[in-house]
Amino acid sequence: EEASLSAEPRYRHWKVKANDRAYHHLPEFQRKVFLCIKKSKYSGNAIKTYKYNVLTFLPLNLFEQFKRAANLYFLGLLILQVIPQISTLPWYTTLVPLVLVLSITAMKDLVDDLARHRMDKEINNRKCEVLLDGRFQESKWRHIQVGDVVRLKKNDFIPADILLLSSSNPNSLCYVETAELDGETNLKFKMGLRVTDERLQEESQLARFDALIECEEPNNRLDKFTGTMLWRRERYPLDLDNMLLRGCKIRNTDFCHGLVIFAGADTKIMRNGGKTRFKRTKIDELMNYMVYTIFVLLILVAAGLAIGHTFWYEEIGSKAWYLYDGKDEDASYRGFLSFWGYIIVLNTMVPISLYVSVEVIRLGQSKFINWDLQMYFPEKDTPAKARTTTLNEQLGQIEYIFSDKTGTLTQNIMAFKKCTISGQTYGVFTFRDSQHRPVDFSWNRYADRKFQFMDHSLVALIRSRKDKDALEFFKLLSLCHTVMVEQKEDDLVYQAASPDEGALVTAARNFGYVFLSRTQDTITIREMDQETTYEMLALLDFNSDRKRMSIILRAPDGRIRLYCKGADTVIYERLSPNSRHKQSTQDALDRFANETLRTLCLCYRDVSRDEYDAWARKHKDASVTMTDREAALDRVYEQIENNLMLLGATAIEDKLQDGVPETIAKLAKADIKIWVLTGDKKETAENIGFSCELLTDDMQIHYGEDINEKLTVRQANRRNEPLSSGRNRKKAPEPFFPQPGKNALIITGGWLVSFAQGPRRPRCGEMLQVGRRAGIDFVDMACECEAVICCRVTPKQKANVVSLVKKYKKAVTLSIGDGANDVNMIKTADIGVGISGQEGMQAVMSSDYAFAQFRYLQRLLLVHGRWSYIRMCKFLRYFFYKNFAFTLVHFWYSFFSGYSSQVAYEDWFITIYNVLYSSLPVLLVGLLDQDVNDKLSLKFPKLYLPGQQGLLFNYKNFFISLFHGIFTSLIIFFIPYGAFLQTMGQDGEAPSDYQSFAVVTASSLVITVNLQISLDTSYWTFVNCFAVLGSIAIYFGIMFDIHSAGIHVIFPSIFTFTGAASNALRQPYLWLTIILTVGISLLPVICIQFLHKTIWPSVGDKVQRHRKKYEMEEEEKKKPPAFQRGQRSRRSAYAFSHSRGYADLISSGRSIRRRPAARGEQKETETLHWNQ
Amino acid sequence: MKEQQETANRPDNTAFTQQRLPAWQPMLSAGIVIPGFVIIGLAFIGIGIALFVTSQNIQVLERDYTGVENNSPCFKCSDPSTKNCVCKLDFSLDKLFEGPVFFYYGLSNYFQNYRKYGVSRDDRQLSGRLDNFQSPDEGCVPYQYDANNKPIVPCGSVANSLFNDTFKLYQIVNGARKLVPFDGKGIAWWTDHNVKYRNPSITPLKNAFNGTVKPTFWSKPAYELDPSDPANNGFVNQDFLVWMRRAALPDFRKLYRRITEGDYKNGLPAGNYSLEIAYNYPVLDFDGRKKVVFSNVSWMGGKNQFLGIAYLVIGSLCVVMSIVMLIVYAKFKFPDEE
Repeated sequence: EEASLSAEPRYRHWKVKANDRAYHHLPEFQRKVFLCIKKSKYSGNAIKTYKYNVLTFLPLNLFEQFKRAANLYFLGLLILQVIPQISTLPWYTTLVPLVLVLSITAMKDLVDDLARHRMDKEINNRKCEVLLDGRFQESKWRHIQVGDVVRLKKNDFIPADILLLSSSNPNSLCYVETAELDGETNLKFKMGLRVTDERLQEESQLARFDALIECEEPNNRLDKFTGTMLWRRERYPLDLDNMLLRGCKIRNTDFCHGLVIFAGADTKIMRNGGKTRFKRTKIDELMNYMVYTIFVLLILVAAGLAIGHTFWYEEIGSKAWYLYDGKDEDASYRGFLSFWGYIIVLNTMVPISLYVSVEVIRLGQSKFINWDLQMYFPEKDTPAKARTTTLNEQLGQIEYIFSDKTGTLTQNIMAFKKCTISGQTYGVFTFRDSQHRPVDFSWNRYADRKFQFMDHSLVALIRSRKDKDALEFFKLLSLCHTVMVEQKEDDLVYQAASPDEGALVTAARNFGYVFLSRTQDTITIREMDQETTYEMLALLDFNSDRKRMSIILRAPDGRIRLYCKGADTVIYERLSPNSRHKQSTQDALDRFANETLRTLCLCYRDVSRDEYDAWARKHKDASVTMTDREAALDRVYEQIENNLMLLGATAIEDKLQDGVPETIAKLAKADIKIWVLTGDKKETAENIGFSCELLTDDMQIHYGEDINEKLTVRQANRRNEPLSSGRNRKKAPEPFFPQPGKNALIITGGWLVSFAQGPRRPRCGEMLQVGRRAGIDFVDMACECEAVICCRVTPKQKANVVSLVKKYKKAVTLSIGDGANDVNMIKTADIGVGISGQEGMQAVMSSDYAFAQFRYLQRLLLVHGRWSYIRMCKFLRYFFYKNFAFTLVHFWYSFFSGYSSQVAYEDWFITIYNVLYSSLPVLLVGLLDQDVNDKLSLKFPKLYLPGQQGLLFNYKNFFISLFHGIFTSLIIFFIPYGAFLQTMGQDGEAPSDYQSFAVVTASSLVITVNLQISLDTSYWTFVNCFAVLGSIAIYFGIMFDIHSAGIHVIFPSIFTFTGAASNALRQPYLWLTIILTVGISLLPVICIQFLHKTIWPSVGDKVQRHRKKYEMEEEEKKKPPAFQRGQRSRRSAYAFSHSRGYADLISSGRSIRRRPAARGEQKETETLHWNQ
Repeated sequence: MKEQQETANRPDNTAFTQQRLPAWQPMLSAGIVIPGFVIIGLAFIGIGIALFVTSQNIQVLERDYTGVENNSPCFKCSDPSTKNCVCKLDFSLDKLFEGPVFFYYGLSNYFQNYRKYGVSRDDRQLSGRLDNFQSPDEGCVPYQYDANNKPIVPCGSVANSLFNDTFKLYQIVNGARKLVPFDGKGIAWWTDHNVKYRNPSITPLKNAFNGTVKPTFWSKPAYELDPSDPANNGFVNQDFLVWMRRAALPDFRKLYRRITEGDYKNGLPAGNYSLEIAYNYPVLDFDGRKKVVFSNVSWMGGKNQFLGIAYLVIGSLCVVMSIVMLIVYAKFKFPDEE
């Protein structure tokens, strides 16, 4: 209600004039865009999702890249390096890698943006008919403007938010499919205003249309629209029922006319898109903080060394005549310069290639996801797709999954599976029909070929026409519903308000009871081979309180009969005492419930003429009641829906996708909590919860209402708490559900609103506080439950739930969905997964990962996510380590070189170290490493836990890497130092020159870090082997080349280490030094690792230890067919995805076309009001 | 064809794309680690003993001749104002100093590894490029041009600070001084002498230096370093080359001469010796020390006990740790399997 309040004052500002493009460019509608350039506030219909064009690409992209702290840092470094007073390393040591990094990223951005360009172009160039110059002309979407009158045809996408004026259907009715908007595939109807329906059918009339629409400003509310139309001096109210929203599709309507109200960026779907947020992983954040830490460390170290230099210069340097440099600078100024010099020398502590390496690894991991055959869905030829390449390791840290229901957990296919008629159950799988041959319906020319039924006995029963009840059962199914029918060529097409109903009517059709047509007061069906028309006396509509619907019919022979279908709970209360088969039907219902089929009870009642007349009068009275008409009607309905005779029950399967229960069970074992967020009704959602084993019979299910109580108590307690005790609020709050056992929570969107909106209400601080606490309480409580199901939630609410958990639990969340209604939630969650291969692509387009089946989620998380996480952690730990080990040698050397920022290695070694000598093995570990294979990863979901807890990479690990690096650098410097201090070579020449020293430290370093990564590699493929040996070989190869005579002759001042390698490495003494250095660097690590794994083995270590055994088991294992029968439960499996209102539509006759002449022997009525 | 259409997006089924590459998954199991440590430990101990024993057998004679102490023979020369000062350092050997004997000079607290000092040179000039004779590299400042704006060759601090003490060794035989012949050939790296440093190919060498001046600290220009031997003159002078190869640490030795000839082929016999030092190089300003060192070498080079001891310590630690690991492993061998 808040939005409407704020919208009210601005209400008058959105004015749209039909057929008057110039009107919208009047100065009063202009708004300042840039300086004095003004633009109409009405957006054009072109959408723009791309970021760059040809001109802006380079500057904008560079600007964006330099917004990253790391790039900016290296730019700063580059600038420092060209200042001659400071430069301690040649400029190319930074420029080359920086350019490399920038261009790789720019390339990636370019490819992404090109894809967006293509997409925009495709959409903007779609065709549509626009009324221009008095007639309809084909036009591109992007040329449509506010105020245009457009004509849409059947199956067209709606190009903008349009006011429906008229359509080819009576009363300007227009059906739309809103799958893209809310994910619901059943049709919705929209209606034109009466006045426009009557006067705007012809092109010429439309061309003269000049109404002024005043309405709310563009907003993102899909469920609300208010406005008025001023036409011919009269005002007409407009609401959402008159609006066709962009993103929907016209169905079952040959053509319709509309007036564009919001175009392009103003449309509700675009407004609803939510901002594209740049998603980052937890590790990204951590990594950034660590880089900052390193940076601070770098500054401290550099400052310390600069101070050291100041003192050293004061004491020694200034007196050393040989160091005279002709500059009259005092020691502190030299110290200052030395500070910058050290920043440059030690810059490799902040690894420049870190980010680009991380991106390469993530790219590779994404490719592995794309390539995975086990996430490829052959039926639709859809492979998994990692649409973002930046989030892979986050997949290994998921704590909460938010799942959509329809299309995600279920296939959104309702199948008539079983039924029980007069206590006899049909459709049960028996071993007699073991060949699985479905029933042959070819005897029935109306049969729907897609329909399958396994039980042959039922057909035989019906065709024999012996069992009256069975015939009545299917007659009921063909009569008692609100389905609409359409004759398409030779086929009947049913338009059902809910898929359940469609399934039931289709079942009846196949069994010989074909619903052929309806008028507002008749229903014609074909009973086996004879057409019968029933007069419909009353349609007692469905609603969620009544949980049933009834129809009162007069048969051709004059008998009046009431047919009713509904939930077992409400039907059983109203059964006649004479009704038979109650117990056997109840047993069947229980069995159905156990199999998580959705059930409905069917029953009838004969009504006498007098009784009906009496009731009809009451009904008429009630239907004109002014106050509380619905309640009055319900009471009247109640009076006739009693003494019912039970016929049987139907069982519909809401088909789950393959492997959903197994996946959920597996994920639950990995301590991932799964919340189902659905727009569906409570019953449906609960039913699905059971069928996918999210809910089990041993769970205590809590509903919104009892939760409210608990939350109120909690809040009251808090309020009563004295303020002084606020200090120790840290104490863990007592659990909401003190009693042992599993709990589940089922709440509705309406209930959620109060909490979801709480944090968003910034009006006053107190409210905010209350909202916040309520939010925390709710999230705390929900997190105590094993399962949470939120039903009847809007897309915005879905997103709000996700952000609540994200905010208060600081947890890593994943949303999975398939429809446009999941877009918000997908974008809000840390990771969004879209189910691809469905009709709507919106969810996929905004998702980070997309695949065809829900069951692939377990592989994505438990295998790819886990591997990615482990690999990334290993990679980062090692990467930090190798850079510390590398860089800090300079630090130790400083103490012996007068703090003069002398580097301990050759410049070329510094340039290439991160590129060639140490990068490939660790990159391969980041790409290929597996501690255990995919089968074991799936077998032991507990292996996923370290990722959730972030155990493999955190500040502790970072400091371990830091100390490990410090240790290695210490060894690498001081062992050669000790060996070099006073000695001479085999041939008497002093080997203690700087260049030999540099060769020895560099060789020790390269060998040490490469062996260290070998220790960290748990999956040795030939590539790894090749990389490790190759890195060391390349090091020696390049070193010998750089130190060769030839290259020095060509570039004497660039390659100055001539002969150093050959001279140094000829000495056995230096080899012994290298061996000792490497040994001391590695042996303690091995020792500590061994002890740690022996004393405190992790789950992973244990699995690894018995890897061989488990792998053998896995090979041998042949799963016995899961054949389980749960114990009986007394819960009702009633579920029906229906909503009220369709009866009105039918009985109003608005949707019904003239009857075909063939069947129209009765009165041809054009009257649109049905009077009793 | 239709088949292909339907599976157009099907990923390849290869070991690589499916992450099923054949791999070896080693574990740090007790069976590898513990024996490994023992073997490595023993090997290290072996190397350590060899190094230590070898090092013990190397003879080293080291004498400081800075002349800081009053009683030092070079005390008088340590005053910077005295020019062309010569001092004598006497010592005696009580047994044969086995040859070949190497004679080094050493400097302490001397920062040849100072960064700016190290880059103050022109490698193009030193490789004989005449362009750089006339315009030496910027890095040579303040030894790029002299006060008259004439280019300095060789330019830069390193060349400028060339060590210029000279030594002569006499054996005192029956009161008479017998010159011990020094061999100054091949004391620098072969690559330095033959590749890295080149004189311009102009004869006489002097002409190449036209228009240039010698480094300020030098007493004679580069082309007069050893006029007797063109292969030891100019930039390829062995002493110059030895100096130009910077030391890694502030406490270093540089090879001066070898004693390999004549009566001293087998080493320095026991007896009294006198070292005549032309004391030129000032080090006292910055608290430096100068020394001379006689040493012979083994397969492992000169005397250095550090490495041998380090090997012994690490080797023993490995053995100790292998025992510790064995105990720990035995204790935790069968942890509760859950």
